[in-house]
Amino acid sequence: MRFAVLSAALLAAVAVAKVHAQPPRDLPHITSERLEQAMRASFGYDQLPPDLQARLVQDEVQRLCTEYRNEPPADVAERIQKLSAESVVFPPDGKFLGDWKKGEQLSVNGYGLRMRDDPRRQVGGNCYACHQMAPQEVSYGTLGPSLLQYGKLRDFDPEAIRTAYIKIYNSNAALACSTMPRYGTQKIISIEDITHILAFLFDRDSPVNKE
Amino acid sequence: MRLSLWALGAAASALAVISTGLAQSDNPVDEYRRMLADPFANPGFLFVDEGEQLWTEKRGPKNASLEQCDLGLGPGVLEGAYAQLPRYFPDVDKVMDAESRIVHCMVTLQGFDEATIRRNAFSTRSRKSELEALVAFVAEKSSGHRLSVPLNHPKEKEAYALGEAVFYRRGSYFDFSCATCHSQEGLRIRLQELANLRKNEDAIRAVTTWPTYRVSHETLRTMQHRMWDCFWQMRMPDLIHGSEVSIALITWLTKNAEGGELTVPAIKR
Ligand code: HEC
Ligand code: HEC
Repeated sequence: MRFAVLSAALLAAVAVAKVHAQPPRDLPHITSERLEQAMRASFGYDQLPPDLQARLVQDEVQRLCTEYRNEPPADVAERIQKLSAESVVFPPDGKFLGDWKKGEQLSVNGYGLRMRDDPRRQVGGNCYACHQMAPQEVSYGTLGPSLLQYGKLRDFDPEAIRTAYIKIYNSNAALACSTMPRYGTQKIISIEDITHILAFLFDRDSPVNKE
Repeated sequence: MRLSLWALGAAASALAVISTGLAQSDNPVDEYRRMLADPFANPGFLFVDEGEQLWTEKRGPKNASLEQCDLGLGPGVLEGAYAQLPRYFPDVDKVMDAESRIVHCMVTLQGFDEATIRRNAFSTRSRKSELEALVAFVAEKSSGHRLSVPLNHPKEKEAYALGEAVFYRRGSYFDFSCATCHSQEGLRIRLQELANLRKNEDAIRAVTTWPTYRVSHETLRTMQHRMWDCFWQMRMPDLIHGSEVSIALITWLTKNAEGGELTVPAIKR
């Protein structure tokens, strides 16, 4: 009898542990309209100036990548990539490589576009947040692949330079719902800034391409 | 008694750290970790004591204490209450997290102005937040309890589902979502290690250690602050304190951390 009570209690304990490990069930579906309504209310959309309101409005790529949780079906992925490729603007003078030293600074710099950041200060590219670049810089993130020796490994090939320009200008042109920001399309940094960063990756004298 | 003990311990250890400096240790990282794990070196406990005073003192236009505040387990029941929040409260027909519920009690019991409390919810260098201390006090009463968020009421389920939807929502200049940084294990942004908040193990490590004394902020910070802070990094406008999205995210995170043992106030970078 006592044994029965004990084992019942044990079973109950196991059952509780199992319930905890399971994801909740019977959850309501949250429509995108409901999500956006909650977002606007929670950030005080109606009281914000237009430039801050704009940050709360998703463009089509953001909307689709949210809807499919970054795994869009093939036809949607194709549409995203086409849309993204079409948005790329190339340097007006045709020169892809700027000053690698400025590019290095821009790659380290994570300043800008946060609330209360000084709008007069240079906005950074913050590439080191996600990528290893020059071997001397040990403070780098790992969300993206290492870019060590990036230009050298590609023989400083002009086609590779063009591809990398497109990657930085709009990361979604090559991969729908990429983790990487769309630096040109979203107007985070200027075309000139992108050419400096590109030089950091592709200049023969850049530390990225040295041992 | 406990007050003076903590105060003494914290002050002495803090002084020791300041005066000897981290540089004296052979390995500054180890020294820092050791300090983070030592409760006597954790100034977070000073906030707990301050919060206790604010909780029991008669204050506000109604000259009342917060002792009759109902945090979900009945008026005046503190033990374990924080570990079972957020939850649905019939009196307001809403899901509330601990911070929102404390604000609600300050308004209804003491007659304080809600907008003012929310405006001053986070300490700045020049002004201390009462709410941070109150949260520290209330949370510490659940230290050692296991997180167990009720998910029975339809509004609790909706909060969880909404929190999950927000987690995947991409937006603003960098197209970031919470998932960008918190959906894989073992990754870093610069040198900061990132948790996979979808996983029970990682979520437990994250959620059981808030509120926390943040050394770099020189104050105690709450989960509402962490949500606001991550949205700031995402280049979003300021998240409103106690907003629906903040509570939804905290509901989702805490449910993912179900079963984890609360150990607060913690201390972090
Ligand atoms: C939030 C993280 C993040 C940031 C910030 C970021 N990237 Fe990326 N990047 C990625 C990820 C993830 C990939 C791989 C997936 C992909 O191709 O989209 C990638 C891919 C790349 C590639 C292609 C690599 C290859 O396989 O050839 C290049 C080049 C690149 N990034 C350059 C940059 C530069 C330059 C910056 C700064 C202006 C930057 N990234 C900022 C995450 C990031
Ligand atoms: C750009 C990357 C990034 C994004 C996007 C981001 N976070 Fe964070 N998050 C961080 C960093 C960095 C930390 C601090 C980690 C540390 O202190 O080691 C952090 C910490 C946290 C913590 C505390 C973890 C702990 O162990 O104490 C929580 C909870 C959290 N984030 C939730 C969120 C939520 C919810 C969102 C979306 C609203 C979000 N984050 C978006 C980078 C990010």
